[in-house]
Amino acid sequence: MSKFKKKTGTSENIPTSALPDIIFMLLFFFMVTTVLREQEILVEQKIPQATQLQKLEKKSLISYLYVGKPKNTALYGSEPRIQANDVLITTNDIVLWVNQEKDQLSEVERDQITISMKADRDVKMGPISDVQFELREADARKLLYAAVGRVQN
Amino acid sequence: MARKKGRMSQEVNAGSMADIAFLLLIFFLVTTTIASDKGILNFLPPKQDPNQPPPEILLNERNIFNILVNANDQLLVEGEYMDNTNTLAEEVKKFLLNFGAPDEEAVALFNSLPASLREKAQRDPSSSDHPMSGGAVVSIKTNRGTSYETYLEVLDQVKRAYFEIYAERVGLTADQYRALTGRNPAEKELQDRGKEGIPMAISIAEPDKIGGN
Repeated sequence: MSKFKKKTGTSENIPTSALPDIIFMLLFFFMVTTVLREQEILVEQKIPQATQLQKLEKKSLISYLYVGKPKNTALYGSEPRIQANDVLITTNDIVLWVNQEKDQLSEVERDQITISMKADRDVKMGPISDVQFELREADARKLLYAAVGRVQN
Repeated sequence: MARKKGRMSQEVNAGSMADIAFLLLIFFLVTTTIASDKGILNFLPPKQDPNQPPPEILLNERNIFNILVNANDQLLVEGEYMDNTNTLAEEVKKFLLNFGAPDEEAVALFNSLPASLREKAQRDPSSSDHPMSGGAVVSIKTNRGTSYETYLEVLDQVKRAYFEIYAERVGLTADQYRALTGRNPAEKELQDRGKEGIPMAISIAEPDKIGGN
């Protein structure tokens, strides 16, 4: 009996002095991987699903174009609109916008510009094909339809 | 007096450090959006010169695999109505690997294919001649009122047919083939070997005005 009593006397505290270090490590991981969104998305974004996804290599070459119904329908109406950077633009402005984006790249990379089109799944093909036509005009012909993965059956 | 101060414990109380770190951690957890640049790649055709009419490309009807999607998101594939896209990839594969009337080069390509792909060749004279350039083309045509989701689904299935053929040629799964980056020579070689002789000929026609604005 007395043998057991001796055992209970040992300290049962788990040392927690290393806890802050562990938490800090996690913190640094998230700080490094975080990309703070520098722009507000003004259009609805329900990205469609697809199976044959490809990943793009060079992120610096990608410019984003958001297409969808405006969130603020009272201000912008309910027809699908195009957002570039942080403003809503019309199809006529796309060529100008592409050229501005191209100017930010170095000269050798200019023709490799990739447009990532993040379009809402409820958008009709009409606005999409208008965007595509303008992109052809602006000679930015590499287009990525942004999509999220779906489990294949 | 001075001695008394010196004897006091000099350690800063670090007990609440974990709490502070937790707060910061939660902040970053909430604000993090792990950016994903995944999607379906598409190369648009070069822009048309308004003074020049588009070049006439003569292709036999049998060499074109027509996919029509109307404003109600219904599919018409090679003249036949289709409910869903589940069998579309198989149909496209069958069409591409038909080898109805191969020329010498196409015969060489056919002989280089693995047996699993070769047995797909049905040699149907009313389907595509060969999958090389100048041969089979997959054409997708939509209305302006077709939903983007359906269009992407169709494009996805057509791409899947191509990627599965490419992957099978080099003995990978389609997922592995798509994950190839081409950054090192070995991967590039695999990529090129997969698509050698079978270009991804997907033609996306200008949508017509039905059902849209």
